[in-house]
Amino acid sequence: MKTTQLMSAAALTAATGFAASGAQADELTLCWAAWDPANALIELSKDFEAESGHSMSFEFVPWPNFADRMLNELNSGGKLCDLMIGDSQWIGLGAEAGHYVKLNDFFEAEGISMDDFIPATVTGYSEWPKGTPNYWALPAFGDVVGWTYRKDWFEMPEHQAEFKETYGRDLKAPETLAELKDIAEFFQGREIDGKTVYGAAIYTERGSEGITMGVTNALYNYGFEYGNPENPYELEGYVNSPEAAEGLEYYKALYDCCTPPGSSDWYMSANIDAYKSGQVALQMNFAFIWPGVNADPNVGGDKSGYFPNPKGPGGHFAQLGGQGISVVSYSDSQDAALEYIKWFAQPEIQSKWWELGGYSALKAVVEDPGFATSQPYAQTFLDSMAIVKDFWAEPAYASLLLAMQDHVHSYVIAGEGTAQEALDALVEDWTEVFEDEGKI
Amino acid sequence: MSETVMDRAASATPKKVARRIRGLSDRTIAWLFVAPTVFLLLAVNIFPLIWTIRLSFTNFRANRPNAEVKWIGLRNYERILTDSDIWLTMQATAHFLIWTIVFQVLIGFTLAWLINKKFKGNDLWTTIIVFPMMLSPAVVGNFWTFLYQPQIGLFNYVVAFFTGADPASFSMIGEVALAPWAIVIVDTWMWTPFVMLICLAGLRSIPDTIYEAAECDRASKWRQFWTITVPMVLPFLMLAVLFRGIENFKMFDLVVQLTGGGPGNTTTLTSIDLKREAFEKWRTGFSSAYAIILFVTVFGLASIYVKALNKVKER
Repeated sequence: MKTTQLMSAAALTAATGFAASGAQADELTLCWAAWDPANALIELSKDFEAESGHSMSFEFVPWPNFADRMLNELNSGGKLCDLMIGDSQWIGLGAEAGHYVKLNDFFEAEGISMDDFIPATVTGYSEWPKGTPNYWALPAFGDVVGWTYRKDWFEMPEHQAEFKETYGRDLKAPETLAELKDIAEFFQGREIDGKTVYGAAIYTERGSEGITMGVTNALYNYGFEYGNPENPYELEGYVNSPEAAEGLEYYKALYDCCTPPGSSDWYMSANIDAYKSGQVALQMNFAFIWPGVNADPNVGGDKSGYFPNPKGPGGHFAQLGGQGISVVSYSDSQDAALEYIKWFAQPEIQSKWWELGGYSALKAVVEDPGFATSQPYAQTFLDSMAIVKDFWAEPAYASLLLAMQDHVHSYVIAGEGTAQEALDALVEDWTEVFEDEGKI
Repeated sequence: MSETVMDRAASATPKKVARRIRGLSDRTIAWLFVAPTVFLLLAVNIFPLIWTIRLSFTNFRANRPNAEVKWIGLRNYERILTDSDIWLTMQATAHFLIWTIVFQVLIGFTLAWLINKKFKGNDLWTTIIVFPMMLSPAVVGNFWTFLYQPQIGLFNYVVAFFTGADPASFSMIGEVALAPWAIVIVDTWMWTPFVMLICLAGLRSIPDTIYEAAECDRASKWRQFWTITVPMVLPFLMLAVLFRGIENFKMFDLVVQLTGGGPGNTTTLTSIDLKREAFEKWRTGFSSAYAIILFVTVFGLASIYVKALNKVKER
């Protein structure tokens, strides 16, 4: 009797599972970078497995190797990934080389509207060509460069008093880049709790994209443009404008005056380490780290504060990070992959995504009245997402990026030549890339 | 008449070997045996080389298989040879090659000469000295990035101990003037034992009788060193230089791990630059031309060197 009951239960479970999945359960592989949000996505995806009957596996690659590994996979037409949360810059290549499935018809059929997402994330993560309604991804993880600061150090009365005496204003989160440098300078080499601390951890990494993702936060705000707004590939006078050169000089000055010794090749994880170990007062980093900072026993809770990238004399922008989720055109399980995207786009799933530590780009989540106060960094996230600007998403973005890495690192870290010379050389290289691409 | 040894040998020798076996000539059979090797050689070495040469005259990009491939003649070669950044990369490679070889030969030979003396614990010291070359270059690179850290790194504290400088005041891998030397130091630390082992083999191959004859002729130790030891070890030493030269010309993992090619382009060696062009920027045609130029350079230099090495061996 017991056996019969068990068998009946098993048969019923199997039947329910098949019914839920339509016809057939697929095994989906989702590819992304190996970082905290990826762990949150594993947790979130358990609901999808339960609902759909499909099983999920994950291929996560550490950031320094992420582009190499995943772009090789796409370029070789590999079937490893059914779903790809690729970097925003890959959209052009993904679309033009046929790596990603175009999602317009699917969105239309399923009633998914891009108007429901933060506009900057739609432009940054989904569209190619930019500014046209051609969608290759669903905004999956909104991210932006912002700042974390040691609120407890700022609030120390002796620091407050000394700062006020020196700079004539209160020591608080800076509103301009000039103020930020003053604060970094103030903390540089200071002794706190018997330990020498430094001003700021900023992006200086040379090998992949680090210093570019850092320096643009100064360049944009001094007047750097990727090209003539009327003619996108006209670079001369925009990329290397005197204002842009001033922005680059600012970043070098910040590196020279106010960073920890030996921080000549730092990116996300090195900055986190420096901040969490109490080496620096300020940390430049993508917003994805904020939940981890907030939960950290050494620097979390009230000890840390968050602020958007400060404005400069030429504007107020921050470097966009984050990614969209795409269906890989080489996948044999495209229907199941699309099913995942449909499921992921639901407001209640997006809301849970935010709760688990993922940054939703859905307006319904971020515009909820309780959102801004839901976490100590939520308002800073909203303010930052309102000022984002992204790097080139051209199919040849890698050539553009590496040229920028070389020239900027050579000037800022190695101190070679002048800022104007570095940007002039960058214009030369970028022009050559666009000539090769047949764009000019 | 009894059978002689010669008769027995004659009868044991088979009659003339058949020239054909199952209709196949000797030449055909020989070809059948070598054909798989020839095929593999053509498929793995010769075909890719010819294909690379062909690609070097085009604008092909491996990540755009659908794009039109244009024949652009010598444009890639012209770009490479007029690119000041690539010349700086060549310069950085030459600096790295020359100094690592100089240090490794000097220190390696000295260590071999010392180890060759008979003393207690000789084998233990050999094992200890050889230890670094047993490690993976990526591990060594990672390990030394910590040693070079201005605030926690042992290296800076050792330098500070001898010079009185502040350990946090300089960064071996973060400063333009120091970074090339930082990679030379690590490579020397890692590969000097290899040179030492080859020199040791050379030293141990010199017969004692030669030194005994020199002693009889009342030659001084100094003279023995210059007229016996050095010339007899020289072919070994030249072989070590050849191995280290070829290895260091394609050095990649250690430098990537240590400096990533920076600061700026200070430690970007040709192998790192080529990898970036080929597999990060995906300029396949351009990087094919780059690879051909490097191949011709290394092949040319190695050929000249091997000729010199053969002359030394003939002496």
